[in-house]
Amino acid sequence: MAPTTMAQALNTALRDALHEDDRVLVFGEDVGALGGVFRITDGLTDKFGDERCFDTPLAEAGIVGFAVGLAMGGFRPVVEMQFDAFAYPAFEQIASHVAKLRNRTRGRLSLPLVIRIPYAGGIGGVEHHCDSSEAYYAHTPGLKVATPATVADAYSMLREAIADPDPVVFLEPKKLYWSKSDVDLPLRTEPFGRAAVRREGRDATVVAYGPAVPVALAAADAAAGEGWDLEVVDLRTIVPFDDETVTASVRRTGRCVVVQEAPGFAGVGAEVAARVQERCFHSLHAPVLRVSGFDVPYPPPMLEHHHLPGVDRVLDALDRLQRDDEPDPRFLAVGGPA
Amino acid sequence: MALLLPSAEPVRYLTDTGTPVTDPPAYPVPDLDLLVTAYRKMVVGRRFDTQATALTKQGRLAVYPSSHGQEACQVGAVLAVGAGDWLFPTYRESVALVTRGVDPVEVLSLLRGDAHCGYDPRAHHVAPQCTPLATQTLHATGLAYAERRKGSGAIALAFIGDGATSEGDFHEALNFAAVFRAPVVFLVQNNRYAISVPLERQSAAPSLAAKGIGYGVPAEQVDGNDPVAVLAVLTAAVAHARSGAGPFLVEAHTYRMDAHTNADDATRYRAAAEVDEWRRRDPVARLEAYLRGRGALTDADASEIAAEAEEYAAALRARMNADPDLTPTDLFDHVYAEPTPQLREQRATLLAELVEAP
Repeated sequence: MAPTTMAQALNTALRDALHEDDRVLVFGEDVGALGGVFRITDGLTDKFGDERCFDTPLAEAGIVGFAVGLAMGGFRPVVEMQFDAFAYPAFEQIASHVAKLRNRTRGRLSLPLVIRIPYAGGIGGVEHHCDSSEAYYAHTPGLKVATPATVADAYSMLREAIADPDPVVFLEPKKLYWSKSDVDLPLRTEPFGRAAVRREGRDATVVAYGPAVPVALAAADAAAGEGWDLEVVDLRTIVPFDDETVTASVRRTGRCVVVQEAPGFAGVGAEVAARVQERCFHSLHAPVLRVSGFDVPYPPPMLEHHHLPGVDRVLDALDRLQRDDEPDPRFLAVGGPA
Repeated sequence: MALLLPSAEPVRYLTDTGTPVTDPPAYPVPDLDLLVTAYRKMVVGRRFDTQATALTKQGRLAVYPSSHGQEACQVGAVLAVGAGDWLFPTYRESVALVTRGVDPVEVLSLLRGDAHCGYDPRAHHVAPQCTPLATQTLHATGLAYAERRKGSGAIALAFIGDGATSEGDFHEALNFAAVFRAPVVFLVQNNRYAISVPLERQSAAPSLAAKGIGYGVPAEQVDGNDPVAVLAVLTAAVAHARSGAGPFLVEAHTYRMDAHTNADDATRYRAAAEVDEWRRRDPVARLEAYLRGRGALTDADASEIAAEAEEYAAALRARMNADPDLTPTDLFDHVYAEPTPQLREQRATLLAELVEAP
């Protein structure tokens, strides 16, 4: 078994999908000769030709709208938005058409397409190159929203996204592109809609997804020294959402912290917290807390470490979780003490 | 590059009153039989349109954007393409859709409000009527390219209005279509107003057809109220696309005689004299005069076609007088191929509500 990076796993997933199904097309900006700015499409044009993996004009709405037509015509487009914040010109196509065509036509037309978005921060990117945009997509019915946190999931989930009859917004955590793991590809992990318990524990459940999963795991390691036995749940897909796994875990542990990079306000963590308290209220020994980025536009690179929730911010939340015997106004704070 | 330049004046075969122009353009003249068919479809389409407008007054439709005045464009487009070709209509293309043979009740679903798209797009090769402006031009481009890749020989025709030519998606579609040589025809029905905003505030270009030049897309202007010219130019545009030569842009100069929809008051933004001037160029009357002049349409033919249109309207009226059969759980059934656990729960909630208060 050789160490494989997430970037290599994604490349292999595209390679295998192109090889197995002639209907699969990969296109976007710079995905051809260059192999994508993150090299996720490296070598695909060489191997499959420029009819299967090709560069388009620089126009994100155009790329996604073009993909809609190709999917209607029987192809399975996998498009790359170069960076998260560059996808916004395509948002109308995504929200008005990609998400809705099946519903608009009462199931007569479907859109099996994948929109790959290098996403979130932690790489020192300049402005508009790092955004946590998952809530926009998760809030749009009709889209599936997936974000892998492990090398194995990167391969398996991208293969599943391409095979899915519905459109998938596939958020690739940029800072995990170079994370490594000893995995033999191809392999399949849990299906969409099933969260994974990355670490079992009994004192509290830490729910995370995408780039926040390694943070949650590191926090669990650190907290073990302070006597906390943390369970870490990786959502894997935000849509569909796995209430079952989250609920079962929190009912057992009685405490829950949600960790996300995105701003906390109206974010996915708020949804998780609401669902947990609706379902686990009588098992909870403390309020559900969110640990998130601040409610600020994504910071310049030299300040991003202040914004991104790290291990310390998770540990701080754990301190607050213990104070379940007296009301503490700080429970109302988001993203750290007010 | 001269190929890319549209004619300085719109192509026309008929004068405003329907007599042949003295110096006919270079496009082949459509067969008389096809023109008689076009006349029949335009008469039925206009009757459908007035019936739909009446249905808004009876509260049967939430809203209706009239096609009155634009029948030559809509009927011409449908007659210029083949059954295997795809149409990408906007909300105003109801006459095009009934001409295509889509059940008129299914066409009106969007506007009645019982379904976003009442018909089967695959059965008719007609995409859902599109409300966001210009977005469908990219879908048409992608689908046309898909057909080219499959070697099906089918093309796509995207309808668009003058206002929508200001949207970015229109420009991205022209560019993508040209770069990928997608067999797509863009038909701009320039009816001079985007709701209330006049063309002069929409574009400073010499014509909307001129917008093709910058993308390498050949284009033509046509008198959109001259059914002979519309058919001639669109037939050539479709042949161009089908030949593998790439996209083609047609700007049809036309006019909507009614307001944007029944909810709009057109007297606030355009003068009665202007409307009257366009009434003189009525596409149905022009074609009728031409066909009578050529001996291709008799009084008896005209009466028979008028009777057919009345029957069509009566049948539509009768069917639209019935309330649609709604299934509330439809809300959940087509969001995804398989509903999420959350949608299953919400479906159960709605079913319980229906039992309590049906």
